Amino acid sequence: MRAWHFTEMPYPHYPQDEPATRINLPNKFFDPKIGAELYNRYLDEHMVADELGLDIMLNEHHQTPSCIDTCAPLTAAILARQTRNARICILGNPIGHRNDPIRVAEEMAMIDCISRGRLDCGFVRGVPYEVYAANTNPTYTGEKLWDGIDLVTQAWRAVDAPVNYEGRFWHRRSINVWPRPLQTPHPQIWVTGSSDLETPRRCAERGYVFANFLLPHDKVKPLFDTYRKHFVEHGLPGGGGCAYMPLVHVADSDSEADKGAEELRWYLTAPRAEPHFRNPPGYMPVIANVKAMRATQNPNDRAARTASLDWLREQGILISGTPDNVVKQIKRFYDLVGGFDHLLMMDHAGFMGHERTVKAMTLFAREVYPQIKDLPRTRPLKVARAAAE
Amino acid sequence: MASEALVTIGGAEIEVTRCGNGRPLLLLPGEDMLEAESAFVAGLAKKFEVILASPPGFGRSSRPDWLTQPADQAYLLLSLLKKLGLARVPAIGCSLGGWIAAEMAVMDDDGFSRLVLIDPYGVKLGGPTERDFADIYQLGPAKSAALKFREPEKMKRDLSKLGDDELTRIARNLESFARFGWEPYLHNPKLKHLLYRVAAPTLILWGEQDGIAGVDYARGFAKLIPDARVATIAGASHYPHIEQPDAALRHITDFLGDAP
Repeated sequence: MRAWHFTEMPYPHYPQDEPATRINLPNKFFDPKIGAELYNRYLDEHMVADELGLDIMLNEHHQTPSCIDTCAPLTAAILARQTRNARICILGNPIGHRNDPIRVAEEMAMIDCISRGRLDCGFVRGVPYEVYAANTNPTYTGEKLWDGIDLVTQAWRAVDAPVNYEGRFWHRRSINVWPRPLQTPHPQIWVTGSSDLETPRRCAERGYVFANFLLPHDKVKPLFDTYRKHFVEHGLPGGGGCAYMPLVHVADSDSEADKGAEELRWYLTAPRAEPHFRNPPGYMPVIANVKAMRATQNPNDRAARTASLDWLREQGILISGTPDNVVKQIKRFYDLVGGFDHLLMMDHAGFMGHERTVKAMTLFAREVYPQIKDLPRTRPLKVARAAAE
Repeated sequence: MASEALVTIGGAEIEVTRCGNGRPLLLLPGEDMLEAESAFVAGLAKKFEVILASPPGFGRSSRPDWLTQPADQAYLLLSLLKKLGLARVPAIGCSLGGWIAAEMAVMDDDGFSRLVLIDPYGVKLGGPTERDFADIYQLGPAKSAALKFREPEKMKRDLSKLGDDELTRIARNLESFARFGWEPYLHNPKLKHLLYRVAAPTLILWGEQDGIAGVDYARGFAKLIPDARVATIAGASHYPHIEQPDAALRHITDFLGDAP
């Protein structure tokens, strides 16, 4: 089990009573002087993670104060130089929105070289509201993700001679990416998914890591089961595995842990999007939209926003407490979903201060991590097949 | 009695509904597909044989992946007319259907005897920072409905009373409209340079209270077509033929007169 420090790098200093914060909150609410301090602080905390032996996960969002890391490759490039040991996972590159996969292939290769092979390279379709910031046609987002991955991986593999690519969305002549990544043929690829079983299937077939975020354990299990099933059927060209992200907070006492957990819960309640931004036409398949028209609200969405910390812990969306208590919760979740390989920890959110953040990370690294590190990874093919039979 | 059929054109299935007696007339519905059961079509059917063709991606018409813009739909619909043996017929296009009809009239400058465009999209007249059309995707369904309809409450459908087939069509219509209209937003940048090719006398009907685009847009659109005029309909927004069918029918029957 590998553990990854993650923060969305929020800018929480805007009026918290704003009804909608994603996409249209005017950027006059961003004070660049505060922003400068926050960026540097978040980078410092990533370096703390490195010193503590944790890995680092980065992501990006646009037009939202919930995440001012608008360019994960920039952050990764800084950390490639400033950290020494941590793996750096960009989860991920919204390749359909970026609209220039070859540029992404070049950026990732540079970061992989500068970090001396410590990059994990994720690709994401992007959450629904991202189509408004990028102005990407929502009816193409799924296909663009996979076409983009194909183009990037072909570019990385084309080491002997330039290749051309004339696909559905992109046309490039003489693709010849300089530099190429240090990891050969390319860094471990990660892809995220939240309900469609097609995504873990494709990930398993290609040896990519499949990741999902903040889902209740009973929603996670079928996704990871699908991954494992196809892992058995197809085998892996190395690597791969399943990753899950809960909110994570470790403290000396359960009551202190609850205080931290409350601060993390900001992420579930504060970043708000108007309903239509959460479901642009064509982003979800027609059949899912028919279901949505029948339902008056998304029960999970509402549950997560209003739930007690106990409920969130029961679901596995939140893992918090004293070190031993946190170990128990991780192992319980591990058993409930049939095992996983990467614990992506949203261990900072909202207004949580530097001291609390670092203290929790330190407690995790020193007292929790050693107890979970050796949990078996997504089982090697032979073992998995034997278990399946 | 209406007759319905699926006609295969270029790998796509196109839903065609015919009703009424008289000279044939092509009707291309709007993206919300409100026409089929409307008083407007019932009125038209008294004088014309109305051939209501659902554009690819709408109603029961299929949407092969290669279709990405209304011009692609236009090619298939021109082939449909040929297959049905319809030449130089009058055509009415509503909203997105108006945009498609304009694309067709540009491609085949002898295709229509007369052309009626009801609150069509299709061209961008303003500059980069000016919105020619209200941004329905920013505004969301409720605010958009208030711009599209004078009385949005009246147009609201109780989704809980609709079956899966109907809900599926509604969801797919919305998806297809985004496929064709998301970007460039509700226009083809080339169309305004090609509208000089429209040979048919053209009537642009416009709802006076259309909140998606105003009457100035209609006038600008008309200027791009050699023989076009604008008529406005009071008490109506983006779908004047739905909200004021009698007024729309009067304008249209006057305009089409005895033209073939």
